[in-house]
Amino acid sequence: MASESVRLRAGGAVVRRQFASRASRYLFLGATLLGVSILGFLAYDTVDTGASRLSLDFLTNYPSRFAEKAGLRPAIFGTLWLMLITIVSSIPIAIGTAIWIEEFAPRNRLLTIVKINLANLAGVPSIIYGILGLTIFVRFAGMDRSLLAGGFTLALMIIPMTVIASQEAIRQVPPSLRDGAVALGATRWQAVRHNVLPNAIPGIMTGTILSISRAVGETAALLMIGGFTFIRFDPGPNLTDFADPAGFWAGLEESFTVVPIQIYAWSIDSRREFQANAAAAIIVMMAGVMALNLLAAVIRERFRRN
Amino acid sequence: MTVSDPGNMNEALRKRQFSRPGESVILFILTLCAAVSLVTTLLIVGVLVRESATFFEQVSFKEFFLETEWQPLFEPISFGIWELVAGTLLVTFWALVIAVPIGLAAAVYLSEYAHPNTRKVLKPILEALAGVPTVVYAYFALTFVTQDLLRPAFGADQVNVFNALSASIMLAVMILPTIASISEDAMANVPRDLREAAYGLGATRLEVTIRVVFPAALSGIIAAILLAIARVVGETMIVAIAAGSTPQLTVNPFEGVQTMTGFMLQVGLGDAARGTVDYQALFAVGMMLFLITLAFNVAAHFFVGRYREEYE
Amino acid sequence: MVTKEALRRRMARLSAPAVVLLLALAALTVAACDDSGEGGEINIDGSSTVFPITAAVAEDFDAVAGDVRVNVGFSGTGGGFEGFCAGETHISDASRPIRQDEIDACAENGIDDILEIEVGLDALTVMVHPNNDFADCLTIEQLHEIFRTDGATNWSEVDVGFPDQSLSLYFPGTDSGTFDYFVETIIKDVDEAAFHRGDGTASEDDNVLAQGIGGDRDSIGYFGFAFFQDAGQSLKAVSVDAGEGCVAPSLESALSGSYPLSRPLFIYTRESFLAEHPENPVLRFVEFYLNNATALVEEVGYVPLPSDTLEAQKHKIEPFLP
Repeated sequence: MASESVRLRAGGAVVRRQFASRASRYLFLGATLLGVSILGFLAYDTVDTGASRLSLDFLTNYPSRFAEKAGLRPAIFGTLWLMLITIVSSIPIAIGTAIWIEEFAPRNRLLTIVKINLANLAGVPSIIYGILGLTIFVRFAGMDRSLLAGGFTLALMIIPMTVIASQEAIRQVPPSLRDGAVALGATRWQAVRHNVLPNAIPGIMTGTILSISRAVGETAALLMIGGFTFIRFDPGPNLTDFADPAGFWAGLEESFTVVPIQIYAWSIDSRREFQANAAAAIIVMMAGVMALNLLAAVIRERFRRN
Repeated sequence: MTVSDPGNMNEALRKRQFSRPGESVILFILTLCAAVSLVTTLLIVGVLVRESATFFEQVSFKEFFLETEWQPLFEPISFGIWELVAGTLLVTFWALVIAVPIGLAAAVYLSEYAHPNTRKVLKPILEALAGVPTVVYAYFALTFVTQDLLRPAFGADQVNVFNALSASIMLAVMILPTIASISEDAMANVPRDLREAAYGLGATRLEVTIRVVFPAALSGIIAAILLAIARVVGETMIVAIAAGSTPQLTVNPFEGVQTMTGFMLQVGLGDAARGTVDYQALFAVGMMLFLITLAFNVAAHFFVGRYREEYE
Repeated sequence: MVTKEALRRRMARLSAPAVVLLLALAALTVAACDDSGEGGEINIDGSSTVFPITAAVAEDFDAVAGDVRVNVGFSGTGGGFEGFCAGETHISDASRPIRQDEIDACAENGIDDILEIEVGLDALTVMVHPNNDFADCLTIEQLHEIFRTDGATNWSEVDVGFPDQSLSLYFPGTDSGTFDYFVETIIKDVDEAAFHRGDGTASEDDNVLAQGIGGDRDSIGYFGFAFFQDAGQSLKAVSVDAGEGCVAPSLESALSGSYPLSRPLFIYTRESFLAEHPENPVLRFVEFYLNNATALVEEVGYVPLPSDTLEAQKHKIEPFLP
């Protein structure tokens, strides 16, 4: 007797469950694509609004009451000098802290406190850092609303995240490197300096660059410090000041503005023409931020191959 | 026993640690570096406590916590914190309502459904959203979201030009990567055997996700949400620009409100007279903000610790 | 394991982008070859109403005196005087005259040579949403009702003919001279014991107010005429009736005095700043200001001073001119 082939088909509840499962896939995919496409949409809208303003003039002009003439020049100088001060004052301290935590600190209560403290500091809102900078640097230390005060404030803000990233980088270095060096007679510091650090540097740099790109976009803290929205000079030292320490320092004590503050000022300007300026400034700033992130990614990739 | 654990080195090695001259200086410098972060926290707490203390000499705790009106400048002057807290709560609530479902859905997709190659492409793009400076989101909240989205959708009469919802929408965009990323990590950490066992019993992928992975990754998901809340509460630019500066108790997201951070920025910008009570209100509100975000961050870390423990 | 060689190679690869960055910074510094700052620096802060004029003057001044650096802020008339009396600024913008307690505060810091210079007139404008078709003219008493503490909360309470719509208020903050002027003219002059209410949107930034009023159907607010002009169609001005009929704000009505809410705008500086030498940036700036006041004040949207008043102001700085 030939047996009929029997097709086994699920029925009832099983079909529903399987359908739900398959359908949900698209639901979840949709959510992910929504998140991803928002980025694309924001970029498109910004370029659409701001492209008309983009020009060399936009980068070299000062703010003005005429929207077509208003430019980012002082803001760009301010951002660059501010980043320089921030980098110089935060990176050595952050790397030092990370080395201390990973390599030299005795494993006791103090170390735990430092680690917990760093994790908490990383989560403190930036406006609180602004209040701190206003009280300590601007008022107490008498730095007034200067690049220095802004730079030190941002430095304090990004030290925690830089430390954490540097810690990660140092931890990635295989312990055998360290142990091998000490076994061959090196002191602890020698082992760290010649064997551990060189291998951790790419990771440290990546973390540093990401922290800097975070500082570039910071607005609230700098507004609290007293960044201006209408400046018609170039903040920071001049070319001639490189030979003149006093002049250089005076340059750092100048009042300033930065690109995010200009974006803020132009965004809330009730004259609609300035929205294009805000959008164009966003394009400039995002170009900078993306370049930094790209640099970090490139470094990470290049050094990973070894 | 390896040298990698400095606390357990034996005596001989310990003596050799810094036998070269100058190396103890290096240790000293490194310790100083680490001290900077401790000093920072001490300074933050010190500044906030000291100025808040001066504030509370003039404004009673009762008024601060029991009054509902926040009116530091106009008669009748009143320092009830609740209007600011309500403003913060309103924007936070709507931001979560939008971001948590979408974020979790994205996390589920990336962790359970997506092909590894797709994941490699989509995850970085999603995380790129986290690198966008918040002033950019603020610009969008005020221009695109209010003008081109909310007003056409709900009517220009209904939607105030400064409204809580536009801020909440952009806040949701801001925290989406946080929720998605951390939840996804938590879900990915759930051991395969749990899933395999469920499949073996005939569960569909959806059921495995909802009934097995979710509960297993719950600590991580909660941590993600707590962290996101901390970020939203502490965010300034988006709310200051888009949500307005009208302190009021309302649940209507189409109206303007003022958050704690919005008030703090207003005082900072206005350069209010130092030593006056309205200037010191800045620090009292700052203290509240600091404590609230600290609480959420600590809670988040607690949950992260729990989920790491469970499966490692 | 990293050999020294490999490390050196890596560092070399990395130094390329680093060098590029440094060169870029250097190039920009070269481009920053502006000589500004050598002629001195002027810090200005104060009224957000006067800010557009001072900023316009600063912008045009830059073209003729690029060596002088001018910073202009707008924390509000009150905030401006505070900084001025603390010695932080050289010029204070003000949309109301300086008060006695502010003069005293300055004197306490050794500042007793304050010079007041009028630069223009403002027709303080009361504004509503453009779709508001019922509030065309309001009396001083009605404005008092709207803006006093515990005042009207609904448009229908203001006038019998007005619809049942809740009132939504926008006004400057307490640091603002505009606010002070309004309190004096609309609140105190009608009822000495009354106060200006605080339940509304208060902001020192007129942009925020303009956006708010233009976006809220139930709104009413007030600020300087220039911002109203800039807003064009997105705001509607209300005529004010002080007993002589409804007068709309305009350059003409302000100049002729028929508009009840017209007020002078000032800048304040110190005689010692004007007398500085050999570098006298403040004097050059103030001179430029007065010489260009008529054109710039009008361009910005306020009312230029009548010629005899302007001459009187120029007289004030004459003793310091070389």
